[in-house]
Amino acid sequence: MVEKTPILDALTYLLLMLGILVVCFPIIYTIIAATLPMEEVSKVPMPLIPGDQFWVNIQAAWNQGDLGTQLFNSFIMASGITIGKIVVSLLGAFSIVYFDYRFRTVAFVTVFCTLMLPVEVRILPTYEMAANLFGPLQHVWDWLHLNALLSWFTDHDIEVTLDWSLLDSYTGLILPLVASATCTFLFRQFFLTVPEELCEAAKMDGASPMVFFRKILLPLSKTNIAALVVIEFVYGWNQYLWPLLITTNPKMTTAVIGLKNLIPSPEDPPDWHIAMAGALLVMLPPILVVLFMQRWFVKGLVEREK
Amino acid sequence: MLRKRSYFDSKRLPYLLILPQILVTVTFFYWPAVQGLAQSFMLSDPFGLHSRFVLFDNYVRLFKDPLYLRSIVITLTFSASTAALAITTGLLLATLANRVFQFKNIIRTFLIWPYAVAPAISGILWLFLLHPSFGVVAIAIKKYLGVDWNPVLRGSDAMVMVIMASSWKQISYNFVFFMAGMQAIPKSLIEAAAMDGAGPFRRFWTITLPLLSPTLFFVTVMNIIFSFFETFGIIHTVTQGGPGGATNILVYKVYQDGFIGLNLGSSSAQSILLMALIITITLLQFKYVEKKVQYTG
Repeated sequence: MVEKTPILDALTYLLLMLGILVVCFPIIYTIIAATLPMEEVSKVPMPLIPGDQFWVNIQAAWNQGDLGTQLFNSFIMASGITIGKIVVSLLGAFSIVYFDYRFRTVAFVTVFCTLMLPVEVRILPTYEMAANLFGPLQHVWDWLHLNALLSWFTDHDIEVTLDWSLLDSYTGLILPLVASATCTFLFRQFFLTVPEELCEAAKMDGASPMVFFRKILLPLSKTNIAALVVIEFVYGWNQYLWPLLITTNPKMTTAVIGLKNLIPSPEDPPDWHIAMAGALLVMLPPILVVLFMQRWFVKGLVEREK
Repeated sequence: MLRKRSYFDSKRLPYLLILPQILVTVTFFYWPAVQGLAQSFMLSDPFGLHSRFVLFDNYVRLFKDPLYLRSIVITLTFSASTAALAITTGLLLATLANRVFQFKNIIRTFLIWPYAVAPAISGILWLFLLHPSFGVVAIAIKKYLGVDWNPVLRGSDAMVMVIMASSWKQISYNFVFFMAGMQAIPKSLIEAAAMDGAGPFRRFWTITLPLLSPTLFFVTVMNIIFSFFETFGIIHTVTQGGPGGATNILVYKVYQDGFIGLNLGSSSAQSILLMALIITITLLQFKYVEKKVQYTG
């Protein structure tokens, strides 16, 4: 750095190595456990030399946990949330920044009041909402006594119930998590830094708002979109509470939830090698996304602060 | 609010563009929040067939309930320890990584990836590492610390386990922010201090840390929010709030009382209290950020 401090530098490297070892230890240990047969895993202490049972364990985890279906569900959910969030918030931010209309401030405040409210604090009512998306309409319907009106009108006893359940469906897994003020906020901040001249020039050339959005704004937002893709994919993949509530059918649940079935309980044989192989499989996709898109990811994460 | 000078003119388009966001927000944020608020003033039977307006009874009962008060203490202990452990480790690693010139990218890569691990999976990994009969870390604890480690039976051990799993996952997040924060500090300041004879440790305390304080504040807020809410997956996979309610943090209690105990009124009241907490934290943060803007310009 500034001065020569050989001892301190050596110490720095040493401590860093130690730190990396501590941070990486759980994953190294998991990988080793996933390669061993059961007798070795339940040895005390477990040997730290990898075995040759890796593919066997992966296969066992795949079959026992029905991971194929669940990984697919996780993938649909994570991609759905990512795409949904980005599209919704790109359009929303475009509307808030580039148009002047009466309810602009109202829309802005409505969206940004939800900035930090995670699903976890509003689980019960959100669940009820998802169980019947038409719940609020039903309230209005009952309140207006429209059933009675309809019966009188048609001269028959008619009972109309409005019911649209999102339980055990991809829509239910995705839609409630698409509402995100953070993404909209980020795009708004970015759009505000786009030079005014671009918009003026586009207007002068007679470009419609949507052409400006597609041809100018979207290409400029590429890095921001890439960063958000990483963050939101990881967020979507790692969701726990929401899929736990909304899915009861094991065929519709996600891999992170399904993994719990692989953890051996005290009565079961200690199949930790299979549990660890499963854990490896399930955590691999988001890790790969983060590692391969590290540059954008770091940028995106830090930009969210502003 | 910041504004652009030039706008597009269109009567309907802006409404159409904002519509999806407003629809999703109203359906899944506002309507549930209103419902929750209404329910928190009601006493309902488990099947939701009959309910009666009871005003603040649910809230009063909560604050008289020793289990709820205990859960508050548990949550505070848990989140303070998790945040402290994750922040100090993240800060230490970032400071070290900022000192080196070689292998910077490799070091960063190795320290970043736990961010991508789901809290629930982090829980499973630590469940194995700290398993009383097979876990390697548990064996080390027993052998070198002489503790009779058993998180299945002893509450304090279970608490240590969930703190480990939560803070391990959060280290990478903090590391990324501290790295970015440190790189934004002008090199000239550090060099000037070095010329005045301040050593590396002194420079850290008198220059780096004070200039990092906005980052530190933001990271602290995010860590507290993480340990309050996003650790649900860890609690659910590792301890289920046990043993004997020793790791029953507030979010887990909302789930348990609402979905397993079917005590809708109480669960809603708990949700509303958590929402109020989050809103307070958000407002505080905005206030602080505004101040920061005033300082710099």
